[in-house]
Amino acid sequence: MKYLVYLALGILFGITLIKSEVASWFRIFEMFQFKNFHMYGVIGSAVVLGALVTFLVKKQNTFSGDKVTIIPKAKGFKNYLFGGIIFGLGWALGGACPGPMYALLGSGFVSIIVLLCGAVLGAFTFGLVKDKLPF
Amino acid sequence: MELIYKPWAWYVAGPIIVFVLFMLIKLGKNFGMSSNLNTMCTIAGAGKFSDNFKTDWKINIWSLVLIFGVFIGGLIAFNFLQVEAPQLHPDSVDSLKSMGFYSVNTSYLPQELYSLDTLLTLKGFVVVLLAGFLVGFGARYAGGCTSGHAISGLSNLQLPSLIAVIGFFIGGLLMVHFLMPLIF
Repeated sequence: MKYLVYLALGILFGITLIKSEVASWFRIFEMFQFKNFHMYGVIGSAVVLGALVTFLVKKQNTFSGDKVTIIPKAKGFKNYLFGGIIFGLGWALGGACPGPMYALLGSGFVSIIVLLCGAVLGAFTFGLVKDKLPF
Repeated sequence: MELIYKPWAWYVAGPIIVFVLFMLIKLGKNFGMSSNLNTMCTIAGAGKFSDNFKTDWKINIWSLVLIFGVFIGGLIAFNFLQVEAPQLHPDSVDSLKSMGFYSVNTSYLPQELYSLDTLLTLKGFVVVLLAGFLVGFGARYAGGCTSGHAISGLSNLQLPSLIAVIGFFIGGLLMVHFLMPLIF
């Protein structure tokens, strides 16, 4: 029962990703060509409003009454830049980041299963070579 | 109802995403989609190959339920909410057609990349698998993806997230402007 809220939030998020077209390969392509404000509007409004909400919510407690703690990102530079570039290459080529991938499984395109398998394989490979990479 | 069936505007989608972010923070969780890739590795037994996967995946069940919801949301949208083909800027339509993507403006995803016929070719299969691989590897190396860095990280004014997002754009621009014309 306690997981129902996560299911509901996931469904809302999934519908939003598809209906706002941010899960469309075409919109990602257009974004990287700077031809349409749409993607920037979605991410930008989420960041601006999200910053306000995050700022305010830090002064509150969680639903269960604990102090709100948002774990800060670990210090680093190379991992964020190199990892980010690799991610960006895949994001543009496949037209989907992890959230939309799960939503696109519902599209009926069988290839999305291969895309997701690739992502799991990528995460697995990273785990194997992590200690040898620059951070 | 009419409004739900039309494509959702950015000023609708952005605030809904922030609502999800807000709820997760209030529930004591972090907003991040790509960490589930690690959890799936752990469940599949990746701990046998690397200690990096020897984690207690049961604490992440909430996140697996969340992405299961995302999948269900996708199913609902595609089956009941009249998902149509995005209509792109004419310049993007031209550059896509010049690379052979004729399904632009007629399909939600490019047939030339995601159709079953394409998947059954060696090149088609490799490109899709490689795209996924780069996303998974890069997201874990950078410690997050669009949700974890671009949205929740930037919202929390994290410098590492800004570096990651700059990286996302370097990679994306390279792919769209230089590599894609070579691949397709």
